[in-house]
Amino acid sequence: MMNIKVLYFARIKESVNYSTEDIVLPADVNTVVALKTLLAERGEVWADLFSDKQVVRAAINHELVDDMMALKDGDEVAFFPPVTGG
Amino acid sequence: MTVRVQTEDFDVGAELAAMRLASKDIGALVNFVGQVRDMNDGDVVSTLTLEHYPGMTERSLESIEVEAKSRWNIVDSLIIHRVGTLQPLDQIVLVAVTSAHRGEAFKACEFIMDYLKTRAPFWKKEATADGERWVEAKISDDDAQGRWANAIDKPVSDK
Repeated sequence: MMNIKVLYFARIKESVNYSTEDIVLPADVNTVVALKTLLAERGEVWADLFSDKQVVRAAINHELVDDMMALKDGDEVAFFPPVTGG
Repeated sequence: MTVRVQTEDFDVGAELAAMRLASKDIGALVNFVGQVRDMNDGDVVSTLTLEHYPGMTERSLESIEVEAKSRWNIVDSLIIHRVGTLQPLDQIVLVAVTSAHRGEAFKACEFIMDYLKTRAPFWKKEATADGERWVEAKISDDDAQGRWANAIDKPVSDK
């Protein structure tokens, strides 16, 4: 069983009203895209964010990744909108 | 190579003097300073608040500097980026690059800014008369970064 930490930033943090949470993943959830699908099942706000209606970037352990990236036990996964610094 | 993410303002003159005087093989110093505008998308902006992802921010900026140094023969680079709540005319970001000759420093400085705009985890929220709103990412910033993808030492659009 995999335990991961999930962080949310900016518009996404405000929408879901979480900044961080610990999640125990079901055995079949082992990629970023599978995690997004799991989160989208939580309700309307989550479905809007995580079912591809909006662009949501992902990082694992501080590295930008694409949706097919595999998850490992202990990973820190972050979801955020496209960046707007500078 | 240096990265600083901070709420405090910075002294461009002092930062540039320190970089310029660091080595006698430096012949060029190029820098970019970004500041808060009072208008965006047709609305008056009273304040701009920058959120970031502590840890990943520093790591992504460091990797952008490493990438710039691998592409061009530069001596040193500096990125200072502010977070927190800022007002029009406040400085947001400083990028500075030193090299023996100007060409390398010009290109590396622009490259660092273009990558920072699309890869470093900062998000801007602006306050207007209608309330607060998150700033949307711009396609033109992706295009600016994309110019460098196939280029060894110059934007594709320069050829």
